[in-house]
Amino acid sequence: MGIRPILSTLLRHKITALLLILQIALTCAIVCNAVFLIHQRLQRMDIPSGIAEHELLQIQFAYIGDRPGAYAQAQTDLATLRQIAGVQAVALANQLPFSGYAMSSSGIKLRPNQRDNSLEVASYYGQNLLATLGVRLISGRDFQPDELLDLKAVMPALHSNDMKNLPHAVIVSQAVAARLWPDQNTLGKTIYVGNDIPLQVIGVSAPLARPNDLRNGAQYSIVYPIRLTATEGGSYVIRTAARDRGHVLKSALAQLKRLDPNRIVVEQRTYDEVRHGFFESDRAMASMLAGVIVAMLVITALGIAGLASFWVGQRRRTIGVRRALGATRSDILRYFQTENFVLATIGITLGMALAYGMNLFLMQHYELPRLPSVYLPAGAIALWSIGQLAVLGPALRAAAVPPVMATRGG
Amino acid sequence: MFGYYLDLSWRSLRRNRALTALMVLAIALGIGVSMTTLTVLHVLSGNPLPGTSSTLYAPQLDPRDMGDYQPQGEPPDQVTWTDGMNLLQAKQADRQALMTGGSVAIQPAQSALDPFYQSARYTTADFFPMFRVPFKYGHAWGASEDAARAAVAVISSKLNDKLFGGLDSSGRMLRVEGHALRIIGVLGDWRPNPHFYDLNVKNYGSDEGIYLPLSTSQDLHLAHLGSAGCWGNGGADATPAAPCAWLQFWVQLPTPTQAAAYRQFLIHYSQEQKSLGRFQRPPNVRLRNLMQWLDHEHVVPGDVQLQTWLALGFLLVCLVNTVSLMLAKFLRRSAELGVRRALGASRRALFVQLLVESGVIGLAGGVGGLLLAYLGLWLVRRQPADYASLAQLDGAMLLLTFVLAVGASLLAGVLPAWRACHVSPGLQLKGN
Repeated sequence: MGIRPILSTLLRHKITALLLILQIALTCAIVCNAVFLIHQRLQRMDIPSGIAEHELLQIQFAYIGDRPGAYAQAQTDLATLRQIAGVQAVALANQLPFSGYAMSSSGIKLRPNQRDNSLEVASYYGQNLLATLGVRLISGRDFQPDELLDLKAVMPALHSNDMKNLPHAVIVSQAVAARLWPDQNTLGKTIYVGNDIPLQVIGVSAPLARPNDLRNGAQYSIVYPIRLTATEGGSYVIRTAARDRGHVLKSALAQLKRLDPNRIVVEQRTYDEVRHGFFESDRAMASMLAGVIVAMLVITALGIAGLASFWVGQRRRTIGVRRALGATRSDILRYFQTENFVLATIGITLGMALAYGMNLFLMQHYELPRLPSVYLPAGAIALWSIGQLAVLGPALRAAAVPPVMATRGG
Repeated sequence: MFGYYLDLSWRSLRRNRALTALMVLAIALGIGVSMTTLTVLHVLSGNPLPGTSSTLYAPQLDPRDMGDYQPQGEPPDQVTWTDGMNLLQAKQADRQALMTGGSVAIQPAQSALDPFYQSARYTTADFFPMFRVPFKYGHAWGASEDAARAAVAVISSKLNDKLFGGLDSSGRMLRVEGHALRIIGVLGDWRPNPHFYDLNVKNYGSDEGIYLPLSTSQDLHLAHLGSAGCWGNGGADATPAAPCAWLQFWVQLPTPTQAAAYRQFLIHYSQEQKSLGRFQRPPNVRLRNLMQWLDHEHVVPGDVQLQTWLALGFLLVCLVNTVSLMLAKFLRRSAELGVRRALGASRRALFVQLLVESGVIGLAGGVGGLLLAYLGLWLVRRQPADYASLAQLDGAMLLLTFVLAVGASLLAGVLPAWRACHVSPGLQLKGN
């Protein structure tokens, strides 16, 4: 059976057909873009941190008043933590991957007197940092304990530009090395930070993600040979087997409180919680989008089904006549299915143009990448199937109309 | 007549229950989702100080060195200690305040309470009259306390409830980071949202408990909380000597003439600083008023805007859906309409009657949408965002829900009704 009679029927219901096409087009366009947005969020939530996520604990304190003996206390604290059964390594870190918004970062230059930065990177530092986090060195070496400078000495040296108390070595992440020196040996290269403070690259680390601002290169980070204390905002990071985390955290807190009761715990959590918290808003956004997509598809399916039922009801007599003239049940069924397919195809074609337009708008205003073309056929298949599913019930009812309907009114 | 139309629509709607339910559901879902996101958008883009906001300005200067210089690039959105103090002492505006955020340990006198951390604001005296901060007890400090670096504090009513059970605590002493401060005032209900004067800490739902003079905070070495934009060797620390911008500066300029004059003053100041060798860049200033400032700082999260667009798109789909269903339904009733036309009903009367029917659907959809919006906002409040607790439906949005629902369904009804009542009565009667 040809498509001609279908088209001529549709032409007689121009406005209704147009509305249905419009609805399918809008649904197709919005769903394509929304699914793309969800995909973006899921991809972001999947960014590897590079560290041993399930084996780490973080404890952070706040202190009242000045603590002159903070550096000695930090060493005692670390030694005590190392004694706890099940603890594999401990560090004092200024920040962690995905730890949030108060980020320390540096602009890197490749030559002295260079005006603009070559790269903006997250700056990590702290005692025993890479080993505790479980970040491998790809080449070069880690800092020796005697290479580490105290943060309280580095800060004034920065203001006076006193090179003696400033670090001379640095470890860069693989991503930084690949970006700044593609196809070259990175070890021994010099970078410049601040007012041309030279730093020699002594090691290249495996990927290490930033605390936030992932858009500027999620894996751009460097490590300075600087030591800090918990009074300067550092947090204790403890590495232990995943199953020991609960009791290690409890005894670590008890030990640290025993060594200095006058500190206030501001953070005590597993690293899994750090990561979970950081991507919470992405998760919320993705579920909101998913909810709207489902609601929209349901509304469109119900709309198609409702309209099809109406048409079937309206054409019962015509269907009866066709059946009386020899059309089989499957002819009638196929008629309604083809009709829906035609409408859906026009709608989908229009919808793709619309999806592309919406994506352009989003790219301009919300820094989104271009919609990959694979979304368009996927969206088309989704809407075709939904259309066919929605029309199936009414079409079956139409096919059940007996030929005798031809002789009755209505 | 209207009662009769209502009766007719009721009968018609009951005749096709599934279809009616479908139309009501579509309107309810569309309205529910749109109202949820519009309410969040409305709350987040609100004016924190209606009536005063147009006279408040955030001056910006460009004190950075030549690294990463671009002509007329955006200057830092905070000021350095030196510039802040210079502008404050120049007194070129009606009122001016220099401030920054902090975090302090409060040590309650009652042994029942452990010491706890509280976010704080270190500011100069004009903050309170300029932002029209209400006081429940006591009063703000003045310029003399600023100059004397007085050990005084103003606390929020929430902190007053926690520490003093809500009684008038002015005149009492409070231990902060080991120092004794005298409480001179307790604030009334004061929670401006967005937290416009300092967008570095938290844009919404900020909870500052204690306010003290900026000079005092420096004397006592109280911790800074917020961001510091640094250049040169910076080192990201917030101290008076560091090449970092870490303070917020606000001025009140009641007339546009004064604002223009202040802009000129900022340019002159920058030129003067450049000739003194402090500034390296050519004068590059901005003077935005409060609402322009919020807009510039993109205070409304991008996610919320995206959600609003999505919700409006969804509403559009729901409306198109309703239009096509109504069209099918109204055209199906051509016979009935034909009879009524033949019996003398005017086209206008039929049109109005069909619109009443769409209005009834809209009203029902509005009620459903309202319930869905309450559900949606409850879900939003469970989100981890700063603004979560603010997502509440107010009177205006409640009204808008119904206006939008009925308006949208009337709009959806216009085309079908118009088409249906233009069907020729004779043809329909003959057909049956």
